Amino acid sequence: MTQSLLHQILDYANRANPYPIYEELRKAPVHHDDGGPYVISTYYEIRSLLHDPRISSDARNLASTTRDPLAEPAQEESALPPGFLRLDPPEHDRMRRMTNRPFGPPHSPHRVDGMRSELHDIVSGLIDGIGDPGRIDLVEQFSYPFPVTVICRLLGVPREDEARFHTWADTLAASLDPDPDADPTERGKGAHDARMQLGMYLAGLIEERRRNPGDDMLSQLATAKGEDGPMTTMELLSTAALLLIAGHETTVNLITNGMLTLLRHPEVLDRLRTDPQLAVPIVEELLRFEPPVQLVPQRTTLADIEVRGVTIPKGASLWLVLASGNRDPQRFADPDRFDPDRGDIQHLGLGSGIHSCFGAPLARLETQLALSELARRLENPRLLEDPPPYRQNAVLRGPRQLPIACDGIRP
Amino acid sequence: MVRIAVDLNRCQGYAQCAFLAPEIFAMHGEEALLYDPEADEAQRAKLAQAAAACPVQAILVDAVDVPAEAVSGAR
Amino acid sequence: MLGDGSLERLKREGRIVVVGASLAGLRAAETLRAEGFVGSLTMIGDEPHEPYDRPPLSKQVLLGRASADHTALPRLRSVEATWRLGVAATGLDMAARRVRLADGDEVPYDRLLIATGVRARPWPHEAEAELDGVFVLRTSDDSAALARRLDAGPKRVLVIGAGFTGSEIASACRERGLAVTVAERGAAPLVGALGGVVGAVAAEMQREHGVDLRCGVMVTALEGDASGRVRAAQLSDGSTVETDVVIVSLGATRNTEWLAGSGLGAGPRGIACDAGCRAFDIRGIVTDDIYAAGDVARCPHPLFGYQFLSLEHWGNAVTQAGIAAHNMLSESTDRIPHLEVPAFWSSQFGVNIKSVGVPSLGTEILVSQGSLKDHRFLGVYGYQGRVIGAVAFDHGRWLPFYQELIETTAPFPPAFPTVDRTSDGQRPLDADFPDPSVPTHGPTVTLGGYAPADRRMTFTPAH
Repeated sequence: MTQSLLHQILDYANRANPYPIYEELRKAPVHHDDGGPYVISTYYEIRSLLHDPRISSDARNLASTTRDPLAEPAQEESALPPGFLRLDPPEHDRMRRMTNRPFGPPHSPHRVDGMRSELHDIVSGLIDGIGDPGRIDLVEQFSYPFPVTVICRLLGVPREDEARFHTWADTLAASLDPDPDADPTERGKGAHDARMQLGMYLAGLIEERRRNPGDDMLSQLATAKGEDGPMTTMELLSTAALLLIAGHETTVNLITNGMLTLLRHPEVLDRLRTDPQLAVPIVEELLRFEPPVQLVPQRTTLADIEVRGVTIPKGASLWLVLASGNRDPQRFADPDRFDPDRGDIQHLGLGSGIHSCFGAPLARLETQLALSELARRLENPRLLEDPPPYRQNAVLRGPRQLPIACDGIRP
Repeated sequence: MVRIAVDLNRCQGYAQCAFLAPEIFAMHGEEALLYDPEADEAQRAKLAQAAAACPVQAILVDAVDVPAEAVSGAR
Repeated sequence: MLGDGSLERLKREGRIVVVGASLAGLRAAETLRAEGFVGSLTMIGDEPHEPYDRPPLSKQVLLGRASADHTALPRLRSVEATWRLGVAATGLDMAARRVRLADGDEVPYDRLLIATGVRARPWPHEAEAELDGVFVLRTSDDSAALARRLDAGPKRVLVIGAGFTGSEIASACRERGLAVTVAERGAAPLVGALGGVVGAVAAEMQREHGVDLRCGVMVTALEGDASGRVRAAQLSDGSTVETDVVIVSLGATRNTEWLAGSGLGAGPRGIACDAGCRAFDIRGIVTDDIYAAGDVARCPHPLFGYQFLSLEHWGNAVTQAGIAAHNMLSESTDRIPHLEVPAFWSSQFGVNIKSVGVPSLGTEILVSQGSLKDHRFLGVYGYQGRVIGAVAFDHGRWLPFYQELIETTAPFPPAFPTVDRTSDGQRPLDADFPDPSVPTHGPTVTLGGYAPADRRMTFTPAH
């Protein structure tokens, strides 16, 4: 019996190249079978729904999740409240506004821009420390430690604690992982434990920052006195956990997918070596071509809505397959070609609407810098395995390892 | 100098430009954007970053290859 | 034009004249070149400046964050034009296909684009308007002069008219710490464009920011001192405002006087044109060689009963100019219609205000998201049971959804629930627009009736 398209997306065998499945999906802009989620895969429909106030991100509005393989297990009372990713306005807007206060304009316009030289130093240090150029795991040696270090510095998490929250973050990311063979109860429990431990760790850190505030985000969130007032401790905890995990699990994939794509397009890599500015359009095209968040599985309808003639009932679970919309030939000419020179790259890679990626400017800067420096410094880099081994996760999709080799490291 | 205009009908306040080139772009409140309509040539790299990052592609910048055109009242 | 090669000849060696060297004129010129026009192109502008952007003039410039003579528009491509700047067009001879200029010159054309825009409506009392310290704000020179005067730290600024521009000026002045009085004839700021429900929010914003807002009053006279400097204003409620800077912000007048007697369907409401931007003559016959675009054009819109609509909007100038230029160089079957849904923005007192559709047509408003008291909300306007417009206060990311409702003539009030529905949004309210026969200061969209030669005008300043 043929697998449903939904299960094909989740099937690990398709992780290295899900795009043919998306192409199948797009034949019906609204895909729905067997009581499962409604899957939207075409560009314009996804974009519309991301701006549609009849769509909720709050799991409490879901009628039933029993047939949704990406549904989160019910949280226990003691667990952290949902981060703003899973809230609707006005709570979402208030939390996001408060979180943005120490991070970006209008209150902190120079935070990200001011990290440029620090980012550069971190990148240089990691490339300097690569060691044997004959066998490099780019994930382990570069794309993972880079954003982790950055998010630590931004939040004010001590570097020596990195290993601990590494484990928690991995577990939490895996809980979004739709491994159909895994026991959902076990998966839920592991995630719950990780969330609790991370929460306790952060609670201690927040207490410490309240006593001795620094200029890091956590200190400023803990001591904020803006128009929206201070965050409660629980809000602060869930926000910090959200930033930490999002900061961990997405940029690593963007950088790894980026280097993988460049190694598959050596002519672009060559151009980047001599023209570091090319990293700017390369990163935008990457966000279209290999977005680190492939789909948004956590939306639901507040009313019966009609999408391209299909009625999606109130309370239904929606999946918005961003990565498929990005390859929609109705929107992008020759969508399966990686082409940083296409003038028109209005991708869905970072979402759109009120939930668009909070860390987007940082992810952009990190990836631009990472790719241009890797291109400049690695001599004759090449893939040792193609495709590389992928992580299980179909939502936050990316290689588990990226084994590459090069002839040497330029100074 | 580089001339800049922003199509504020398209702008939805994602603020990517204000993060990446704060010398030129600033948020005025949560959603309104103010920008310097003219930037130093030295800002061109950051400006390119800001323009490329705009999710709604609202930022218009002088094309690099437009030759200086004599603009005067003379015939 | 048939497939007789005349179009190719036009592209190769034709003469195109663009009257109006601002946003619409420049974008049209760029489009002409982009679409392969290699003939001669003449740009005529009454101001001595190359094309510049106006929105910063009431915001960044007055805040002191940019200077008025540095808002030139970016060039998206080379236009290789002959520029006649600082010389106004004074007449049009349609039969001889010539534009007359103020310096006596005549410029012949094969195709003409008129993009002369609007100008600020001056203070109606001429002697008072001449007083030192009395300003309007439309051009870069206006803005430069006003910014200089604000730099000097006036004791009190009086803004006459609380439309969008007036409100933006008041906002900038307050941000600079200047004392500001705003005198508005209507019941609230922005009331002509957005109605009384939203106007009340705008009034609250002004007062919270320390503006001395006076509504329902008119300024009856401006007084000068012995040296000819403005000193005070008399208000219709008998009060006097002592002020050393007065900004007259009473909306705009279309620059069509130079076309009087030409035979073109041009009047105080603008130049009537078809959906393809071709201008009508006064007999209601569409011309094939004269096009109009931008603030000065008015064309029938299918979403609004094919009434002629004038849109004083930045986005409209850009799109319409591109369409006019394209159509000028196209066979009739390749022409494209101008169907843009009106869209507008303003930022004032730290709040971003955006609208789509034509709110001023609405009779009811539903606050579908957010709340009025937070000054963060989405209001949707209804007219005869359909959605006709929407306004967002710091809620711009939702507007595309409401634009779709307008485009699909969705029923009003919308029957569905949304996120963030508050007690404000339980039922539609009377949108509370002033009587349309009462003038307002900045409607931004003007419904111009059905007849191309309609020259009547409803705005009659009573000042």
